[in-house]
Amino acid sequence: MTGMWAIIRKEWKSYFVTPAAYVVLALFAVIAGFFFYSMLAMFVMQSLGGGGMFGRGGVDAQTMLLQPFFFDVAILLLFLLPMVTMRSYAEEARNGTLELLKTAPVRRLEVVLGKFLAAFGLLVLLLVITGLYVGLVAHYGKLGLKPVSAGFLGLALLGAAFLALGLFISSLTRSQIVAAVGTFSLFLLLWVADWVTSYGSGHIAELFSYLSITSHFRNFAQGVLDTKDLVYYLSLIVVGLFLTARRMELAE
Amino acid sequence: MLEVEHLTRRYGPMTAVDDISFQTRSGEILGFLGPNGAGKTTTMRMVTGYLPPTAGEVRIEGVGLRRDPLAAKRKIGYLPELPPLYPELTVRDYLRFVARLRQVPARERNNAVERAMERCALADVRERVIGRLSKGYRQRVGIAQAILHNPRLLIFDEPTAGLDPRQILETRHLIRSLAGDHTVILSTHILSEAANTCQRVIIINRGKLVAVDSPENLTRRVKQTETLLIELRGAGAAAQAAIAQLPGVSKAELIGEQDGISKLRVESKDLSTREAIARALVEGGYGLLELKEVELTLEEIFLSLTGSSLPAAASA
Repeated sequence: MTGMWAIIRKEWKSYFVTPAAYVVLALFAVIAGFFFYSMLAMFVMQSLGGGGMFGRGGVDAQTMLLQPFFFDVAILLLFLLPMVTMRSYAEEARNGTLELLKTAPVRRLEVVLGKFLAAFGLLVLLLVITGLYVGLVAHYGKLGLKPVSAGFLGLALLGAAFLALGLFISSLTRSQIVAAVGTFSLFLLLWVADWVTSYGSGHIAELFSYLSITSHFRNFAQGVLDTKDLVYYLSLIVVGLFLTARRMELAE
Repeated sequence: MLEVEHLTRRYGPMTAVDDISFQTRSGEILGFLGPNGAGKTTTMRMVTGYLPPTAGEVRIEGVGLRRDPLAAKRKIGYLPELPPLYPELTVRDYLRFVARLRQVPARERNNAVERAMERCALADVRERVIGRLSKGYRQRVGIAQAILHNPRLLIFDEPTAGLDPRQILETRHLIRSLAGDHTVILSTHILSEAANTCQRVIIINRGKLVAVDSPENLTRRVKQTETLLIELRGAGAAAQAAIAQLPGVSKAELIGEQDGISKLRVESKDLSTREAIARALVEGGYGLLELKEVELTLEEIFLSLTGSSLPAAASA
């Protein structure tokens, strides 16, 4: 455990002595802020003008505001998380520090988990920023605690799955660029996989739909928790971490 | 201390390290000598647990690397060929990280870091970012991370490669000062380095162990004739002819003539031949200035042991 803790601390130090983490945090805060403002402005306009259309209850903040916002944040994660994971192993391979990690009295799993948890910590920080935006609305309006938490849990799981896969891809190469492009492409594929269902059917389409990271996110964004989706994300995380650990055992 | 038995590593059909066995003695500096690509780095990587061997066994103070890798690794300090540094961290942050990674107990961590920095003369740069340090300093940080947890066995892969002459001397001095408290294995392709620094030398070529001995014994083993270097004022060619006639002289050659001083290189059988040569030169009035035995260089020993021949240019 000391080894894992050492890795986590070192990763965080590295994030914050280089511009990388600040760039990701700043970009995220600005873009997510813009999304949120746009959603909110539209939502306000619609609820003022067309309140009657939706009957006595008025417009529903859950479907009109939160759900699209959660999806936008998810897309933002898709773009930004490769920047977090790309350097993790690629840089170690290039610096020769993998040799340090592999010859230290530390289990492979401690290294893999340490790197994952450090990146997950950064993800949590990003989500806290989004949480501030949502909290602002919750302060003035009415938002259910449950759908909001479900949405954030979904984002955390989706982000963690991205991170686990991104870390694995980073472990395959010495080049940060290759890692970033590879990770981004994989994320994009997982994102659009359920397009198959719009023109195909049968087992293959079903499979693609199951693999799609989007179709599993929908429930969370709607405030619904489903074991099926939890299992999906958790298995992606486990597979990513397992592959990385296996990769660590192989020589270069 | 360290026992290596039948260590072998194959990459597909290629055998990088072929059945190498050796042991270290406590507190010694053992040189690992061989040309580039001989299998030095591969062997070290297997000994440190970085690379799993295809066959063979490594034990450190009786602890099998395969059976209990964590306990075995705790006893090793390792400086790879490329010092494993994080350029974005400061020297102190980096060493603290390594101390944690190597399971130095929290209470001793600060002391261990301070001690390593002091030993490697890094106190001045403790707060500097590693990426901005000179190559010599970076190498010292690499050594500091290896000795941080006070391991019994230190393994340095080409510790002086790419350093300037002064840094090379400093690094060698540092390594020599570490022996005694630690057992040191040092790989190098620079033979004089092994001769200067190591008590024993392992010669390895094409993945195979060629010889294990002290530099002096290796010299003795290879040496069959004495090589003499003679300087004289006077006709070099005539002197050469005179020496070549003497019994016990297998070869006499004129290797230089400048400002009226001639230089000869002579292969002679033994001490009495040397005496006879001196007498002949003095009695013949060749103006003998100097006559000395040339020590065999480790280069020549190495080439003789590995069965390659010395290129003409190098022998002059």
